[in-house]
Amino acid sequence: MSIIEFHKTSKAFGPLTVLDEVDLSIDAGEVVVLVGPSGSGKSTLLRCINALETITGGDLIVDGLSVKGNARQLREIRQEAGMVFQQFNLFPQLTALKNVAFGPRQVRHLSQSEAESVARDLLKKVGLEDKADHLPSELSGGQQQRVAIARALAVKPKVMLFDEPTSALDPELKHEVLSVMQQLAEEGMTMVVVTHEMAFAKKVGSRLIFMEHGKIAVDGNPRDVIDNPPNDRMKDFLHHVE
Amino acid sequence: MEIDWSVVITYMPQLLQGAKTTIYITILGLVGGLVLGSIAGLMRAYGGRILNAIAFVYIELIRGTPIVVQVMFLYFALPVLADIRIDPMGAAVLSIVVNAGAYIAEIVRGAFLSIGKGLSEAGLALGLPRWKVLVYIVGPLAFRRLIPPLGNQFIVSLKDTSLFIVIGVAELTRTGQEIMASNFRAVEIWTAVAVLYLIMTGALTLLLRVVEKRMKIL
Ligand SMILES: Nc1ncnc2c1ncn2[C@@H]1O[C@H](COP(=O)(O)OP(=O)(O)OP(=O)(O)O)[C@@H](O)[C@H]1O
Ligand SMILES: [Mg+2]
Repeated sequence: MSIIEFHKTSKAFGPLTVLDEVDLSIDAGEVVVLVGPSGSGKSTLLRCINALETITGGDLIVDGLSVKGNARQLREIRQEAGMVFQQFNLFPQLTALKNVAFGPRQVRHLSQSEAESVARDLLKKVGLEDKADHLPSELSGGQQQRVAIARALAVKPKVMLFDEPTSALDPELKHEVLSVMQQLAEEGMTMVVVTHEMAFAKKVGSRLIFMEHGKIAVDGNPRDVIDNPPNDRMKDFLHHVE
Repeated sequence: MEIDWSVVITYMPQLLQGAKTTIYITILGLVGGLVLGSIAGLMRAYGGRILNAIAFVYIELIRGTPIVVQVMFLYFALPVLADIRIDPMGAAVLSIVVNAGAYIAEIVRGAFLSIGKGLSEAGLALGLPRWKVLVYIVGPLAFRRLIPPLGNQFIVSLKDTSLFIVIGVAELTRTGQEIMASNFRAVEIWTAVAVLYLIMTGALTLLLRVVEKRMKIL
């Protein structure tokens, strides 16, 4: 069953069309890796799914709800679609534990102690139980991003969206974040991941989408399309990222 | 003429009474100014077109005119225009409210907008309503950045109360002038007045330092 359905979805910023009548449906359990040149609309596509961007044409259904719905429905969609940002965006005034507990407390209305127990379990899952009382500024980039993943998971989403989660990290820190993501994928989480990590795409992805000028240019099995790019632009692109 | 500091002691009770009035006007005015300024600042930062425009006009009107003109307007022109009569004290407090409110609005707007968009998005992406994002995430961070510029504004407003001499409010400067008029002890009295202002602004600065120290800016 599809959990995300794009129906001729368009997004324009003023005169600039960034998504051009995209048709795409993503099933529960898929790990979709989204690649493409800078400005091709990857982040925008991701941000339309949880309605951080408002679509300007067509429709987009997430877990049965349209992103064109009212504010309450949008909040429901966002609770089902967790997001991880390139810049982590942890709340700087809160400890790692409180960052993770924040969603369950404020969104799922758990008590503070229940929320913190959920948070503690998730910090353990991302290997950071010993950093619970650290502020984000006291953590490395890789640790911050793992806290951010835990924070998104704490609301119990059905889908996880990742926008270049390792691009702001030093090479030696990327691995710790990618392995948490791989673990999530193995547990059956539905994921949409914008990344330049082709090794991750091949190993973990179940589907690879190459975007170009706001359209889906290639959609296939990661191992097949990375080893044998079906068009020259994708071949060029892969050449650049590797 | 010889300088005789004993007059300062003689007139100290009167001067302290004036200082008390200064503090009273400042506190009431700033409390009101904080409320008005926060509302206007948030209207500027997050209001729709209309709310934004209202706040903008208010802020520019106040920032573009001297506070003496504002208090004169409230005290002398408002009764004529709208048949609203206020006593000098009321006019003084209201002037600080309206004047400080405009500057505080800009401070509030700046502090809220200085908090990166990414943090609000992170909050929204968790499924929080926008007001909760403002109250729980952006607000507490913006608050820390508010403190230094607010401190400046508090000191400016405290000193601005001396301008209410023009409508005859018995604050510290006016008191000094009245004492002067009866004994011509300019050096002694104005020195004492200046020192009293320095004590008040100094205390305020110290207080703000303590608050600032306790709240790390993130
Ligand atoms: N808020 C906005 N206002 C105006 N234009 C925007 C906005 N956000 C994105 N764009 C434009 O939309 C286009 C697609 O942007 P998007 O961020 O989706 O690309 P991307 O594929 O994620 O690129 P990158 O690899 O650089 O992150 C770009 O041309 C960008 O300048
Ligand atoms: Mg992007």
